[in-house]
Amino acid sequence: MIPINLWNTHIIGKPFQYHQPETIEETIKLLSKLPNCKVMAGGTDLVPKMKQRLLEPEHVVNLKKISSLMGIKETSNGVWIGAATKLRAIEKSELVKEKIPLQYLATKTIGSVQIRNMGTIGGNVCNASPSADGALGLVAQDAIVHIAGSNGARDKPIAGFFKSPGVTGLAKDELVTGFTVPKIDNDTGYHFISIGRTALDISTISIAVTITKKNGRVSKARIALGSVAPTPIRLNAVEDYLLGKTLTDEVMKKAADMVSKGIRPITDIRATAAYRKEASKGMAMETLKIAWIKEGHR
Amino acid sequence: MNINITINGRKREFDVEPTRLLLNLLRDELGLTGAKYGCGIGECGACTVHVDNEPVLGCMMLAVDCDGKNVETIENLSDGMTLHPIQQAFLDEGAVQCGFCTPGFIMTTKALLEENHDPSETEIRNYLKGNLCRCTGYVNIVKAVQKAARDMR
Repeated sequence: MIPINLWNTHIIGKPFQYHQPETIEETIKLLSKLPNCKVMAGGTDLVPKMKQRLLEPEHVVNLKKISSLMGIKETSNGVWIGAATKLRAIEKSELVKEKIPLQYLATKTIGSVQIRNMGTIGGNVCNASPSADGALGLVAQDAIVHIAGSNGARDKPIAGFFKSPGVTGLAKDELVTGFTVPKIDNDTGYHFISIGRTALDISTISIAVTITKKNGRVSKARIALGSVAPTPIRLNAVEDYLLGKTLTDEVMKKAADMVSKGIRPITDIRATAAYRKEASKGMAMETLKIAWIKEGHR
Repeated sequence: MNINITINGRKREFDVEPTRLLLNLLRDELGLTGAKYGCGIGECGACTVHVDNEPVLGCMMLAVDCDGKNVETIENLSDGMTLHPIQQAFLDEGAVQCGFCTPGFIMTTKALLEENHDPSETEIRNYLKGNLCRCTGYVNIVKAVQKAARDMR
């Protein structure tokens, strides 16, 4: 008899119990009582991991029936995006393109059309991959993460949300319900670039930048990079250096050097650390230049 | 779990395990072998089918998540006598070599042309980047999409 290979990617080899709660409260209750349980939104990260037996949850809690986790709305302080909103819906949203265009740029290059039709922004963030481009856009825009849990709701700036690859600051009985992204105003320029070996590839490096100008000088800067550290990171030292400066070629070169020195990349299957150090310099130059020029010209 | 899925216009009822993948349901239980099992992890697009008119990956979609939805596969495109214009264009332009990736390419193309009647080459390549062809390349596939777009306008 030929033994069945239970580690192939044709099937999900390990059975699990499936839950489809209809409210956030019901979900929190399930999360707090079920052992070894995983939340599922689009499944584009979870299902391949289950197939490859990297994860073998006993319970899967699917969020697809909770309509309050979906949608994109303008609020007084920005744009709210529900955690279970499909990436494709964000990419197609006129509101996103108009008010938080950096998020549009960071979303439209994720995976393929098929992946973006399935995957969600909450999944992109909560899987806490160092290379999550959707999450990087949120980091560069100082987004707020809305979290629901047994002890009530709380809001957290996204900058401190990621702990290590695959690990977030969420407790077992907590669920991300959405994000509020502050609007990019007319004084702010922005840009995003991600490079990969092929178009579909997970980013080898990605960078998202916003520059706010006042009287020809930088009044606020955000520089965020993905795939160069255990989590998406912001380079505060470079942001501080840019404050109050006019972005001449010289200043940008110095900032790009600081980016290259400030990141902590590893050598992995996608690129060497040395390559990332070098490439990040050019990417920083390009994004800074475009963000500096783009201000007010949307 | 009991689920109802409309597949290629026909309403069907299934009793499935939560681990059941949409692709395996289509291929093993319904004999709809057009959508292919390629990589199994979302890299190749050979399993592309439409769920509620949007292209998704059948090998990563749980069947239970298609409950109440409309699924369309490559088998729905031709009436058995005449080919769909996209299928015909793929033949005419030599965009098919071994044919394994073709159903996925055609289903993604169908979604593209429903959104955009006159896509540029860049738009075509960008939309089809989740579908891999390992035989020959993409030049003839792009030509076929352009021809189908012309034929369908």
